[in-house]
Amino acid sequence: MDYNNLPKDKFVFAQREGKIADKKLDTKPVGYLRDAWRRFKKNKSSVAAAIIILILFLYAFIVPIASPYKVSDRDGYYKMVLPKSELFAWLGWDGCTEQSESQAGYDYYNSIGQEYGTSAVKEVRNAETDPLSGNRIYTLYVDSYEKVGFTYVDLTQEEYEALKEYQNNTGIQVVYPMPANYKTDFVAVTNGANLWYKLADETDKTAGETKNHDENGNPIYEADYLMKKNLTYGQYDSLRMDIPGDGEGGLHVVYAVKNQTGFHLRVLYKEYYNYLNGHYATHVFGTNQHGQDIFMCLAFGARLSFLLAICVSVLNLFIGVIYGSVEGYYGGATDLVMERIAEILGEVPFLVVATLFQMHLAKKVGPVPSLLFAFVMTGWIGIAGRVRMQFYRFKNQEYVLAARTLGASDKRLIFRHIFPNAIGTIITSTVLIIPNVVYSESMLTYLGIVNLETSGITSVGTMLSHGQTYMSTNPHILLFPALFISLLEIAFNLFGNGLRDAFNPSLRGAEE
Amino acid sequence: MLKYVIKRILLMFVTFFIIATMCFILVKMLPLPNAKAQGRDYNLVLERREKMGYNKPILTQYWIYWKNVFNFGGTSGKGWSPDFGLGEQMYISQNVFDVLKEKMPYTIVVNLYSIIIALPLGLLFGIYAALRKNQWQDHVVSTVVMLIVSVPSYVYAFLVQYFLCYKTGWFSLTVASRETASLFSWTMFKSMCPAVLSLSFGTIALLTRYTRAELSEVLTGDYLLLARTKGLTKNQAITRHAMRNAMVPILPMILGLIIDILAGSLIIEGIFGIPGIGKLYITAINLRDYNFFMVLTFFYTLVGLVASLVVDLSYGFIDPRIKMGAR
Repeated sequence: MDYNNLPKDKFVFAQREGKIADKKLDTKPVGYLRDAWRRFKKNKSSVAAAIIILILFLYAFIVPIASPYKVSDRDGYYKMVLPKSELFAWLGWDGCTEQSESQAGYDYYNSIGQEYGTSAVKEVRNAETDPLSGNRIYTLYVDSYEKVGFTYVDLTQEEYEALKEYQNNTGIQVVYPMPANYKTDFVAVTNGANLWYKLADETDKTAGETKNHDENGNPIYEADYLMKKNLTYGQYDSLRMDIPGDGEGGLHVVYAVKNQTGFHLRVLYKEYYNYLNGHYATHVFGTNQHGQDIFMCLAFGARLSFLLAICVSVLNLFIGVIYGSVEGYYGGATDLVMERIAEILGEVPFLVVATLFQMHLAKKVGPVPSLLFAFVMTGWIGIAGRVRMQFYRFKNQEYVLAARTLGASDKRLIFRHIFPNAIGTIITSTVLIIPNVVYSESMLTYLGIVNLETSGITSVGTMLSHGQTYMSTNPHILLFPALFISLLEIAFNLFGNGLRDAFNPSLRGAEE
Repeated sequence: MLKYVIKRILLMFVTFFIIATMCFILVKMLPLPNAKAQGRDYNLVLERREKMGYNKPILTQYWIYWKNVFNFGGTSGKGWSPDFGLGEQMYISQNVFDVLKEKMPYTIVVNLYSIIIALPLGLLFGIYAALRKNQWQDHVVSTVVMLIVSVPSYVYAFLVQYFLCYKTGWFSLTVASRETASLFSWTMFKSMCPAVLSLSFGTIALLTRYTRAELSEVLTGDYLLLARTKGLTKNQAITRHAMRNAMVPILPMILGLIIDILAGSLIIEGIFGIPGIGKLYITAINLRDYNFFMVLTFFYTLVGLVASLVVDLSYGFIDPRIKMGAR
């Protein structure tokens, strides 16, 4: 082919539409925050920690609103009941506990439910006879809710009428009969309304008239027995039995006794609670010694801690950034004076600051705001120091000089050109303020330096100190707050590590 | 060097006096406890307060306070007998400083035991993890350390108290009282064990993490490679070169821990009923005994200041390459 004389029509334009020069890049540029996020996602443990933190936050903010219980709800009967969850009852999360009882104890717990059909004893785990004394010893699996049984209540005329109407409408029996002479007869009974009187009587045993307990130790309830004997105090088992009319069996039964203010009745507490609150008592984490629902109180305390911590972080961030920027940017004498002030403030032990704020301000503005002031008082110093360091690193770099030459103001230089360099460390340290505040707050309320109980609120620390008193008998009161705070601190620690690595661009590509 | 040390010490005292002054003024501005409290003679309390100078202007009181504190050869006639006031709500009419001196040994002993346990263990775990870096042993140690560092110390105290004291009954729930056992007796030691154990967890974990980080960084250094190439065995290189350099930042931290023995832990003392100064402080706050509160505040501030000063200065003494006071 003659390469010198190629015919013109052999040539074809390779590309005619559009320009190929100055073509935009297909990929988007990756900014600092996007890059950090991308690398954070790769860190599995940090992502898990972030999810745990999210769950804890949701728990703290949703439960106080959604829960049927309130912090001020102090139930006098469901005190220290055990954790019970309908969903997880098969896991042993059923509000029951094993306890060792004598025959009398067994009769008591076994008989509570006789009147309405369910027993407080869910299971007899073990029964043996003590070889020395001949007494029966039972290991029972007792429902801590059912064992409350019956109580006496005093109602006004209207309340009594309303209760009777509720009974008629729903068909649920709340009021149960009581012996008319309960006042004189039942003085000696500890849990007054639970009339469990056994048939056991020494005379009966020796005479062999009736056998009060069968071979399993269960009391034998005999309807006839009531009539056979001329019943008085201490001799009947349960009022559920068909009791002949007034006085015939020697037992006079009434439903309500009128007194000065209204009526005195014997109610099944379970149903009465349902009548009052519209739901049966199910405490997922149990209750404490004041009868407060731990699940809700913990969420309430956590919400208080979180809100406090977020406020502290924001305020500290605000003060710290401005203070640190001014220090770092101007340097010289300004820096020297401001740094000394921060140093002196930073050397005061936090406990002392918190105590002094409590002593001075708790009466005027309340314990929580004064705690907030105490946290802010010393908390910003750390952030200010970090910002200052960043300023010292960057303020003499060429790009700052260039911006200055172009006429940028101090404000613009500080916040547009130098400050963004510090954003990674600042975000990390601001986030890590949260677990610190939660921990310190729990410690201060635990020690009683900050007393929240008088203001009708609660905190994790208060719950810990409640739990510690009853640690040996009811460890669940302590378990859940301690578990919560441990989980929170671990999660934040992991999350903080991930965040720190993600915001450190020098680690980019260095991860294995 | 000496000049710098003196300068730092003087600066520390200036800081201390500023903080002390602020605290003094803030405490004096607080209302005094109710003189009409039950079981008190109202007039006697008022008269006593007048005698103690509580009705004078705060600055005058401040002057008197320091004059009493620097009371050389005062009433007792022997050396320095500082007078920080008398207990008013607790340890009534006892010299506050004497009570403090009496409580101090308990705090120190408990924390000393915990340091004695924690130091070797922490260093050992840390070195082990650093030498096995990125192997499974390191991962196990690091994970456990991460968990332990995060969990607050009181949670350990609860765990130890529940399982070792209550469930198994190995130890008593609280520390033996001073009436029944002397400080260094076996009974006392045994009853202190749970508290010591709960204190140690955190310290061990902290030390392990720090040692691991420092040593593993040193181990990547070029001079270690040089040491190996010139014929040292691995152990020789580690003990002679790596450990020495890793100790530069670790020793000051240990020093800081040792000084913190004095301050102790408020919450652990509360849980285990150790009659130390932490418990004294909490009681003073709850009962609003300002003299105790003030002296303990000064004490804690001073311990904190001394600790940070010693940590700062020790860098220069440990590592001659670090020039003190150089800009």
